[in-house]
Amino acid sequence: MDFSIYDFTSFNQGIDKFFFENLTPFWATVVEMTIIGLVFLIFYALVALFLIYAERKVCAFMQNRVGPNRVGPYGFFQLIADFIKLMLKEVIPIKNADKFLFNLAPFIVVIASFMAMAAIPFAKGLHAVDLDIGILYVIAVSSMGVIGILLAGWSSNNKYSLIGAMRSGAMIVSYELSVGLSLITIIILSGTMQFSAIVEGQANGWFIFKGHIPALIAFVIFLISSTAEANRGPFDLAEAESELTAGFHTEYSGIKFALFYMCEYMNMFIVSSIAATVFLGGWMPFHIGGCDGFNHIMDFIPPFIWYLGKTFFLVWVMMWFKWTFPRLRIDQVLTLEWKYLLPINLVNILFMAFIVLMGWHF
Amino acid sequence: MSAESLILFFIVGAFLVGFAVVFAHFVAPHSTNPQKSEPYECGIPTEGVTWLQFNVGYYLFAIIFLVFDVESVFIFPWAVVMKELGMVAFVEILIFFFVLGLGLLYAWKKGALKWE
Repeated sequence: MDFSIYDFTSFNQGIDKFFFENLTPFWATVVEMTIIGLVFLIFYALVALFLIYAERKVCAFMQNRVGPNRVGPYGFFQLIADFIKLMLKEVIPIKNADKFLFNLAPFIVVIASFMAMAAIPFAKGLHAVDLDIGILYVIAVSSMGVIGILLAGWSSNNKYSLIGAMRSGAMIVSYELSVGLSLITIIILSGTMQFSAIVEGQANGWFIFKGHIPALIAFVIFLISSTAEANRGPFDLAEAESELTAGFHTEYSGIKFALFYMCEYMNMFIVSSIAATVFLGGWMPFHIGGCDGFNHIMDFIPPFIWYLGKTFFLVWVMMWFKWTFPRLRIDQVLTLEWKYLLPINLVNILFMAFIVLMGWHF
Repeated sequence: MSAESLILFFIVGAFLVGFAVVFAHFVAPHSTNPQKSEPYECGIPTEGVTWLQFNVGYYLFAIIFLVFDVESVFIFPWAVVMKELGMVAFVEILIFFFVLGLGLLYAWKKGALKWE
């Protein structure tokens, strides 16, 4: 296997070297940081815009409609028009709100999802930070978002917001356990928490195939619980529009609403890319043992395309969930987690540990 | 890139929100209608206080979560070295999960996992 054409390590090091040779170390660091910050900012905004468009189209096709089709080709500029509209809308000050917390909430939600992006490997050598505790870091950072949601609901001084935030708080912390435990199943198999090492470990087969049944169970549990963690339907009872108007962000208007809305999609993207990286091999191409010709063709597809393909497939699955299943009640949501997913997960970890112990994996 | 650059992501995230909010502040219109800043509930003035003691059921789950979250912190390092330690690690996690399972069973039988 030869990924040298698509290896970004030397490319990154080249840029790094160029700046440090031509500038003083301080300015070189500043310039590099600015470039990385800008690239991620643009990527973040583009993905969020694209996902909002994709959601509207997917939803429309599932409901036998056309979806946005007036502004631009296939309605593609609709989201830009919407974005400009939201920027120009009035931000209504709430009389009885706790002003400080009310303004702080969007910061926490956006920063949590933006920091989680830092550890995701997009291709070989194409990641911002390659932490050796990558998985733990992403779980830790992305779970900070729930504080923002709770603050938003509490500070709005609105009963819908409060109920939505409370539901979402109870739900997100519960499902976080399942997210963590299903990732632990794979950590046992890989023996590392570093994302780059996890992806390298899947060069001869994705972990979902390597780990037999426990990996498959862990993948399904991860999909369910990450859907809940990203506040996506059927678990969208934090913003159940038929009962709670808009849930925790009822009182947010204009650009602040846009930030919450964007974050929902970015969280979906982040959990999907973690699922793709940990279970489906990240940027590793799909290989079938023995078929060299087939494997060779697969190697020619750039890793970045593989990564995006897997991630957007999982995003699509999550959209499929949302538009197919009816919304759960809060007691059903908590029962599902505590009485089914958690015990299954604990047994599954033992099962995986046993398989690793016996050396039954590939 | 080292771990310190995570601070960069914090700053850029804060910048994104701060810039958007400040930009909207200058571009968006401001109205002086006092009724607009009322809570958006049902069109009539809101009844009673909103910042009140809330259903205890939610907090109960938060407490059980705390127990299991601390437990998963213990499992993470175990999972990393499981392959190297082999049988010893497996037996130890069996004992650990047995105690943990007893705790979950106790909470279950006590009705802490039942929504009311």
